[in-house]
Amino acid sequence: MAIRERLSGNEAVAHAIKQINPDVMPAFPITPSTEIPQFVSTFISNGEIDTEFIPVESEHSAMSAAIGAEAAGCRTLTATSSCGMALMWEELYVAASNRLPLALALVNRALSGPININCDHSDSMGARDTGWLQIYAENNQEVYDNFIQAYRISEHKDVRLPIMICQDGFITSHAVENIELIEDEKVKAFVGTYEPENYLLNPNMPMALGPYATSPYYMETKMGQNEAMKNAKQVILDVAKEFEEISGRKYGFFEEYRMEDAEYAIVMIGSAAGTTKEAIDELRNQGKKVGLLKIRVFRPFPGDEIAKALAHTKAVAILDRSEGFRAGGGPLSAEVKEHLYDIKADTKAISYIYGLGGRDYTTEEAKMVYAQLEDMITNGTEIPQYQYIGLRK
Amino acid sequence: MKNTIEIRWHGRGGQGAKTAALLLADVAFKTGKYVQGFPEYGPERMGAPITAYNRISNEPIRVHSNIYTPQYVIVVDESLLDAVDVTAGLREDGAIIINTPKSVEEITPHLNGYKGKVYTLDAREISMQTLGKNFPNSPMLAAIVAVSGVMEEEDFLADMQVEYQHKFAKKPEVIEGNMNALRLAFREVTK
Repeated sequence: MAIRERLSGNEAVAHAIKQINPDVMPAFPITPSTEIPQFVSTFISNGEIDTEFIPVESEHSAMSAAIGAEAAGCRTLTATSSCGMALMWEELYVAASNRLPLALALVNRALSGPININCDHSDSMGARDTGWLQIYAENNQEVYDNFIQAYRISEHKDVRLPIMICQDGFITSHAVENIELIEDEKVKAFVGTYEPENYLLNPNMPMALGPYATSPYYMETKMGQNEAMKNAKQVILDVAKEFEEISGRKYGFFEEYRMEDAEYAIVMIGSAAGTTKEAIDELRNQGKKVGLLKIRVFRPFPGDEIAKALAHTKAVAILDRSEGFRAGGGPLSAEVKEHLYDIKADTKAISYIYGLGGRDYTTEEAKMVYAQLEDMITNGTEIPQYQYIGLRK
Repeated sequence: MKNTIEIRWHGRGGQGAKTAALLLADVAFKTGKYVQGFPEYGPERMGAPITAYNRISNEPIRVHSNIYTPQYVIVVDESLLDAVDVTAGLREDGAIIINTPKSVEEITPHLNGYKGKVYTLDAREISMQTLGKNFPNSPMLAAIVAVSGVMEEEDFLADMQVEYQHKFAKKPEVIEGNMNALRLAFREVTK
């Protein structure tokens, strides 16, 4: 029997961490992810888990310590947001290229400046090319479920890549909502114990980690990382299937909401997807054929699958919660359009930017987007190929 | 969001409006409802105006935006009436509850012509009587439960007893005072 609870997104991640009882957590606090290490250190001081908590003096050190612990053979995690992750930048690449499957609980927050503590995806989107797996959540339930699946994906022998489990700062991290928790013993059995093949504290097989790679070797390591990313796709689906057996909740690369016969679709990531679903139900009641494709897995990018799921629509709006500053849209829009082009889809695609620095996104704005798509297709109205939603008038 | 009660809290940083919203989510959850309780953060500092929100529904809640047309508004600090448009979007079939020693007749002219129900509660006075300190959020929480009818008084008090035992595990001496504040406020507000 699932356990009916109400928790904030940060509490939900902390609960998953408690159930998994990882070996090591180095952390440095930053809003809005600070509560996660706070909760975990409370569990430790209460004797509920025996994770080794390492307080450090910066995020650069947090990720460095996490890399060291994971390399030693420990199941490791840390948590951060925004500028905290920016300070981890160099180490993000080190973790990925050394194939260390540690987990990062990322609570998405805008990057400076102007300084802002609220949600957008500029932190994790900036790290999209670091070689980390990235999985996003709409609400507290999804971030909890994603965290429970995290190590099964990252530690898989065909993958061995670090994983970022992302949720929207404040919007889900600090919102108390209903949630269904899974019993401790089921979570423990699902996640299993960590048995690394190669690790520094193995006296039977001494090894070096992170040596210099000359030009004749460097490129092959990148190829290897990319192969692992490709492999991750099947692993993510397999783990999701097993997870469904213990939870009853179904996950894939993305969620399709009322897409079967949709003529107009929104593609987006995160908490705003729930708001869009509400708008879709209202528009469907008026006979509008509208749907949503909500991205769960952004790295590896399931581009072919996304393009196929969108190919039957007349037009799609791709909504980014981060600026790409390519003067043409955000990263999600660029990647979705690339794959639509590859399959020669006869679907118009428009880029939108929304929700930067915590700017609210409402059902009315979702409806406006669908109305623009319909107007473009049925009346031939020219609409900008790249727009901001919800700007001050 | 049909069949969903939407509530907006106005307070000042440090007065516990966010805590009250989270407690309301907790007690409504215990009645079997789907709930949301969330703060809207501006610059975090003591005394700055802050907003918090609740949605309470019989169905799962998917919307993650702020609340623009609430059924209920709670004003935890009367001085906000001059600083914030507290009745913005407030439905006329709803109600506003204000922490003030003033009467409904005295306070109504400050509400931008709002035509719905107006309740006042001297939460400061209740808090001083029961706790000896000004913590207006407990009385205001009781007030919104009484006015909205999301749950019965007895169930609410029983749940809050448990909540406070958890919340004040390290200072149990304040539990009784808070419970008295809830009881007094529950009756006073609808007088």
